[in-house]
Amino acid sequence: MIRAAVVAAAMSLLVNPLAAATADPLNSGNWDWVRGFLFEDAETVFDERVVVKAPKFAEDNMNVPFVVDARGLDDVQKIVVFADSNPILRVLSMEPVKAEPFIAASLKMQQGGPVRAAALTPDGVWHVGGVFVDAAGGGCTEPASVHAQDDWMDHLGEMHAKTWLQDDGSQRATIRAYHPMDTGLADGIPAFFIERLDIKDADGEVLAHIEPAEPVAQHPSMTVLVRPEEGSAHLTIDGRDTEANLLQGQTPLDWDLAS
Amino acid sequence: MATLATVRQVAPARAAGRWTYGLEPREIADGVYLLRGKDEHLSVENGGNIANITFMTTGDGVVLFDTGPSRIYGEELKAAIARVTDEPVARIIVSHAHPDHYLGSQVFEDLPIESLPVVRDVIADIGDLFTDNMYRLVDVWMRGTRTVAPNKAITPGREKIGGRNLEFIALGGHSHGDLVIYDHGQQLLLAADLVFMDRAPTTPHADLAVWHESLNTLQALPLSTVVPGHGPVTEGAQAIEQTRAYLTWLETTLRTAAEQGLSEAEAIALPIDAPFDQLAVVEEEFVRSISHLYGDLALEALDPVN
Repeated sequence: MIRAAVVAAAMSLLVNPLAAATADPLNSGNWDWVRGFLFEDAETVFDERVVVKAPKFAEDNMNVPFVVDARGLDDVQKIVVFADSNPILRVLSMEPVKAEPFIAASLKMQQGGPVRAAALTPDGVWHVGGVFVDAAGGGCTEPASVHAQDDWMDHLGEMHAKTWLQDDGSQRATIRAYHPMDTGLADGIPAFFIERLDIKDADGEVLAHIEPAEPVAQHPSMTVLVRPEEGSAHLTIDGRDTEANLLQGQTPLDWDLAS
Repeated sequence: MATLATVRQVAPARAAGRWTYGLEPREIADGVYLLRGKDEHLSVENGGNIANITFMTTGDGVVLFDTGPSRIYGEELKAAIARVTDEPVARIIVSHAHPDHYLGSQVFEDLPIESLPVVRDVIADIGDLFTDNMYRLVDVWMRGTRTVAPNKAITPGREKIGGRNLEFIALGGHSHGDLVIYDHGQQLLLAADLVFMDRAPTTPHADLAVWHESLNTLQALPLSTVVPGHGPVTEGAQAIEQTRAYLTWLETTLRTAAEQGLSEAEAIALPIDAPFDQLAVVEEEFVRSISHLYGDLALEALDPVN
């Protein structure tokens, strides 16, 4: 009797897609804890349509590039990027208000482990994708390299950006800001990081709302695919860090695919 | 039940209770011997033996160019030299500050260990970080290895040692400082890591513009034999041309990607074009090189905002 029940349970796991979708494909030891910490009682499901790409081996654990592409899902409300093995789990959040559910940036990794993204759909389900990145340790507890320079404060908040019109009418936009993105975990250096970065159209309407957190890499570069109204002259960047320094500026938009 | 037969055999070999690289010097030109490293990444499988180490008899003692990745290697190197020649080791020269090239040096400590001043300084400053990294990657083969920085600045220029007309040429671009040895009599170049053959060049401390200048300097020499830092020996300048072609392709590919707005993670997914897809470990080195080079290239493609 008991044996039959065990077999039945095993078979149900095989045929129940939801059960299969809740088994961690990256086999991370603390997934249940991470899931509960970030998403509490919300439903989470592993979903191959949330594509996360990152290098298999992190050459520089203080700058591990990743890209999240959830365009296979409809109506994504929010994306949360996180790393299971980091002392600070959340890397960044992003609301694609008038933007594709797509973001590329870089993170610091304290040790090798999963880099994941969860995309929230209107039914309240978080769809989770991720990859495993092998890394040497210490990326979150080492000081940002700017602190070795005397004049870094002179450049704080300086930004560079550009946009590229895509074939589907969206605008690829990259914004790079000069900022230490201190985690607060390096000896004697308090947390100090860009905590909000909004990308708006020329009328001030938010296209993408990004909330970076401590693990984002120093001098962060973020790439999104936004959808301002055709003909809009420029994007407005409006951000601020945890010391209330403002990061503001504009970057022009080009609507001529031929150029 | 798992038995010893299922334990992975670690190459090179663990023979009679000793770890051994099985070093067999090969005479590639008159009195010039090569210990060819494996065209792989540092691993416990290869014991870190991935660089080409060379030595030459002169009539007045052996000139040794680089010392390998570990103490065990250094000891075997010393014994291998003694097997092929009665000449004592007279000069020990370190090409550049990458640990697969100089961590056998402690075995030769009774002699001065020579290098360019910048190479000595880098090893003295951050050599322990490199050694730690070697311990992490190469594991047990590093046992007993310690950082020994060069302690004598080599004077670039021509020098007659025994019967050899040598020239020590100070260059750079692969790393902070790259020394090569050129034998005028044999038109033989020991290029170290300025030149890679059939193995993807590495860029952790590279300055590509300076590297190209160095390759131009090397290619101007009359060359019968070129010994790259990694990969097979070639006759003529073929290896220099291959290195130049790869570095050009790498920079062009990454610059084009940056100008199209690709993020770093997307650049990693770019294909490796023929013929470079045939280079040993090119997939891994391409990803590493993006980490080294793409940040600056991507910034150059952006415009100031505020």
